[in-house]
Amino acid sequence: MATKVVMEALSPTMEEGRLVKWLKNEGDAIKSGDVLAEVETDKAIMELVARGDGILRKQLAKEGDASPVGTLLAVIAPAEENIDQIIAQVGGGSTAAPTAATPATAQQSQGEASTPAQEPAQEPAQEPAQEPAQEPAQGAVAAPPAPPPPAPARAAAPPPAAAPPPPPPSVGANGRQRSSPLARRLATDRGIELSLVRGSGPGGRIVKRDIESAMAAAASKPRPAAATAAPVKRVISREGDYQDIPLTQIRKTIARRLAESLGPIPTFYLTAEFDMVRAAEMRTALKEIGEEFKVSFNDIVVKAVANALADHPEVNAHWMVDHIRYFNRVHVGMAVAIEEGLITPVIFDADRKTLPEISREAKQLAELARNRRLTPEQYTGSTFSVSNLGMLDIDQFTAIINPPESGILAIGAVTERPVIVDGNVTVRHRMRVTMSCDHRVIDGATGARFLQALRRLIENPLLLVL
Amino acid sequence: MASYDVIFIGGGPAGYVGAIRAAQLGMSVAVIERELLGGTCVIWGCIPAKALLESSALANKIRKAAEFGITVADPKFDYGVAMKRSRAVATQNSKGVEFLFKKNKITWIKGTGRISSKNSVAVKSADGKDEKHDAKKAVIISTGSRVKGLPQIGLELNKTTVISSDEALILEKAPKTMAIVGAGAVGCEFADVFNAFGTQVTLIDVMPGILPLEDSDCSAELAKSFKKRKIEVVTGAKISNVKVGKSSVSMSIDAGGKSQPLEVEVVLVAAGRAPNIEEIGLKEAGVQVNDRGFIKINEKMETTAKGIYAIGDVAGPPMLAHKGQREGVVLAELLAGDPHVQLVNYGNIPNATYCHPEVASVGLTEQQCKDKKLEYKVGKFPFSASGRARTSGETEGFVKIIRDAKYGEILGAHIIGSHATEILHELVVARANEFTVDEVDLAIHAHPTLSEAIAQAALDSLGRALDI
Repeated sequence: MATKVVMEALSPTMEEGRLVKWLKNEGDAIKSGDVLAEVETDKAIMELVARGDGILRKQLAKEGDASPVGTLLAVIAPAEENIDQIIAQVGGGSTAAPTAATPATAQQSQGEASTPAQEPAQEPAQEPAQEPAQEPAQGAVAAPPAPPPPAPARAAAPPPAAAPPPPPPSVGANGRQRSSPLARRLATDRGIELSLVRGSGPGGRIVKRDIESAMAAAASKPRPAAATAAPVKRVISREGDYQDIPLTQIRKTIARRLAESLGPIPTFYLTAEFDMVRAAEMRTALKEIGEEFKVSFNDIVVKAVANALADHPEVNAHWMVDHIRYFNRVHVGMAVAIEEGLITPVIFDADRKTLPEISREAKQLAELARNRRLTPEQYTGSTFSVSNLGMLDIDQFTAIINPPESGILAIGAVTERPVIVDGNVTVRHRMRVTMSCDHRVIDGATGARFLQALRRLIENPLLLVL
Repeated sequence: MASYDVIFIGGGPAGYVGAIRAAQLGMSVAVIERELLGGTCVIWGCIPAKALLESSALANKIRKAAEFGITVADPKFDYGVAMKRSRAVATQNSKGVEFLFKKNKITWIKGTGRISSKNSVAVKSADGKDEKHDAKKAVIISTGSRVKGLPQIGLELNKTTVISSDEALILEKAPKTMAIVGAGAVGCEFADVFNAFGTQVTLIDVMPGILPLEDSDCSAELAKSFKKRKIEVVTGAKISNVKVGKSSVSMSIDAGGKSQPLEVEVVLVAAGRAPNIEEIGLKEAGVQVNDRGFIKINEKMETTAKGIYAIGDVAGPPMLAHKGQREGVVLAELLAGDPHVQLVNYGNIPNATYCHPEVASVGLTEQQCKDKKLEYKVGKFPFSASGRARTSGETEGFVKIIRDAKYGEILGAHIIGSHATEILHELVVARANEFTVDEVDLAIHAHPTLSEAIAQAALDSLGRALDI
């Protein structure tokens, strides 16, 4: 029997979706539960899952097409079944009398569906009855990482009248979500939005196994939306004791990325304090030559880091899970604070660029970042990163590694501090830096040698202009 | 030679129920059965055993009748008569299945079936003829299981002094002494029956408690009740030195560090059953069995051979009629192409033992919850605190509900007491619908009933039982 693949409401507020990519081609054998395509919703890129078995006979939507929820995107059917009628209904034929299928076709498809024996035999379970899975895994769940949507569950988009997917939706005729008491408790406790869960129980009722599948799906497949989505201007109201504001994509990405970092990455930290007197003198000297030569402490640090990395590829490296990739080129990521959080544009080949070039580029990138105009090429590909909170008067801090990079340098403010020089207490401009190192790549001494090289460059900044 | 959509080999509970559902769904169906329709359950198991247990219950009631103001002068307890009644009940039920076959236009092929190819079955009919029948959609193996002796300890079945339940069900009179080896549901039920008919019963099991698959609280409660009725219960026991004679059997029983001799008229072996996998052409058809001889199936009851399915006892434990029946129904619906079939939930199959007091359960035992390291809470309510139980003088036993500590999910329910096998189903329904203990409490239970004990146990698990 043919299965219609329709644009599904993959989030409670979704009205249309853009087909990003077909993951199955016409002619591919499809099993219920297979991922057919990626669909971009208003929130994220999600998977469109097959609701029936057969061959992907026809793709009606092209990659890049945006379609309203309910639109027929493809047809899955047995190889010999005639699907012309179904396809014809999509075109001008929708006004034609809805003769679903000729009796002959209906007979044929009935016979087809009722002969699972013709499907490829699956390896039977070892001991089916002895210790069966408490709930036979059966429910296909189209559960995305559930963002707590502002819309209440009752307002969930009703399934389109045109062509609902085969499994009955969990929303009954009276608009009530059908779910078991236990499923409701689990969903409430675990923050799962019931309207996003597909029920596998009787009549499409949401049961415990569906919540568990949704949990597993949420844990295993987070898919951030394309970063080009227009940012939401956040205005925090002063009314009330607090304001709940939905997570933006970038906020979610930050959370996911940073959790990925501090969790699995065995990080250690190296702190050093550099003398900045000569760097300060150089800044003043350059500024006196002309406005076009003006550089910031940050530019000096970026340039110094780049030159030190060029000499120390052992810290200019990525952890690739089963191998380490050491880079011969130096692309320095530069964390920039923006309205929604932060982003790290990249200064490519920073070691080969002059200090004024770096200064100009850094300014441009920061400006683009604040206006959310960075292209993905401009914020991906860094080999090492720096993060500077000096301008916000932070003396010293630790930054979180941006995987797969293996190090990040946290730069504090340049401040006057009493130091001992040649046995006398004097006041000098000083700057503290802390390097976070992924110990899987960088050992203590390796990191320390890199900081020695960095100290030499920053305390003798003329080396940077040679 | 005839052609059908599906052919079932074996007309027991799995086969006959599957056949009826398949016929309801419009398939042409044949069932191959060489004995009577209904299989072990109807002919050699559930039904006649329950008929005998009804006799034993009545016998025990009559012994207490004076308390209730009824004097029965000189009652006689005749096992032979009870046996004949149980046979009549079994035959009636088998006729009932025959009627259902006619009503649903299911063909009963009387004979022994053997798979000859992936969609045909050879039948040696009762009158010696060889036939061949085609199955267009599916061949379904529902051949069941049979009793097996314990030859490894010298207890080979001989049908006179070493018998199985098959012979026990047709004994003309109750023996004076009997050892029952195996204290599962079958062993406990026959211990109850023969005890009521005056036999000195010794119930023996190698496991540390009787009804070893049940929650240990229920096992202990039943053992206590049996001992009160002078059934000797020996658990954690090892049998040796078996000597089988013409009119008696002797053996040594080692338990609790000491050895005791035992001589009985009859040994009833109630330990284990073997799947019927021989001579149905499994190997040639490519149908694989596991190391215990059960046919391997997946969740859709498909065997390793395309187009061949297996359901019921032959497809693995739990060997319960209602498990096989559900498999038959689900398979018929799968074969009909129903896209919304709810597969068999093996985690929610109730267990029922019909001795007195009855024992019934569903879900996990407390020990299993511990082994799985689940966070749980137990609620318990004894029938001694139930008004309804007192009125009938049946105050043994309790309801025990194990719930998830956080979500209230009913992880397991265990009932021992009068009518336990009937009242359990409230909790089976609750679990099938994923009701928690709160929903059980929400349902108003009529007063006075035994079922109130369930509501009270649910409340007790929440720390707020009212009646205790």
